[in-house]
Amino acid sequence: MIHLLQQAPSMSSCLLAAVGIVRLWYAVPLVTSVSLVCAATRHEEMGAILNHAARFALWIVVFMGIVLGVIQLLTWMQ
Amino acid sequence: MEKIITTPSESNESMLEIDLKDPRVAAFLAWLIPGAGHIYQGRTGKGILFFVCIVGTFIYGMYIGGGRVVYASTADVFSRQFLDRWQYICQVGVGLPALPAIVQRARMREHKEPFGNFMRPPYDFPPLDQPNLMQSPDLSDPNHVVTSPDELSKWNYDLGEYFDIGTVFTVIAGLLNVLVIFDAYGGPLVIAPEVDSGEQTGKT
Repeated sequence: MIHLLQQAPSMSSCLLAAVGIVRLWYAVPLVTSVSLVCAATRHEEMGAILNHAARFALWIVVFMGIVLGVIQLLTWMQ
Repeated sequence: MEKIITTPSESNESMLEIDLKDPRVAAFLAWLIPGAGHIYQGRTGKGILFFVCIVGTFIYGMYIGGGRVVYASTADVFSRQFLDRWQYICQVGVGLPALPAIVQRARMREHKEPFGNFMRPPYDFPPLDQPNLMQSPDLSDPNHVVTSPDELSKWNYDLGEYFDIGTVFTVIAGLLNVLVIFDAYGGPLVIAPEVDSGEQTGKT
């Protein structure tokens, strides 16, 4: 575990390289669209929709980040 | 058949009253053109939001996928092979923007010339007038060409990961419109509990 932590900086750079930063930009319009539409199906007023969409978008990003981290961790453990 | 529902308002303590008009007509319009059902109901802001988000996602997916990612299988609808292109079942949720694929599919099944390449299913064999259709330039060696076994393989070779990214965008646009159809039919998902008729008339 300590060995794993010592390698963290190089691992993070590998992580970013592996994912391909450019490809991640394709997630931005998708997350925006999905969060706005889902929020709009739960509220009727624009303020509430935007508020819900912002929280939902953050939730999606965090969730996807966790999944990405787990997958990358499993890759390193192979 | 008019239907009016109430939903909690976040800006104040009152309840919002939503006139869904005829929910079935609204649901059909919502499927046909994303957001049209809401505009029909007078929920213009949400209608425009849905239209921009869903049609925008669909068009962007088409752009990323080189205009090739929306097509229907030419196999019989109830056959196993039709499900090989299951993505179209999701894409057709977006309504009118995905319907040209059905026209193109019908023409290909009748062995007629499709209307251009827009939403056309891929050929299994090159047509007689386009014998080089399955060939792509070899990016690593300009003196060679790559010959794919069928046109779908060629599209995957030419577009690479963008074929999949474009497919995902268009599939998600279709699935999002399913949520919009339900919203047009029944109103927002979070609905206040119905007021007891006894309370409405002042009885306790």
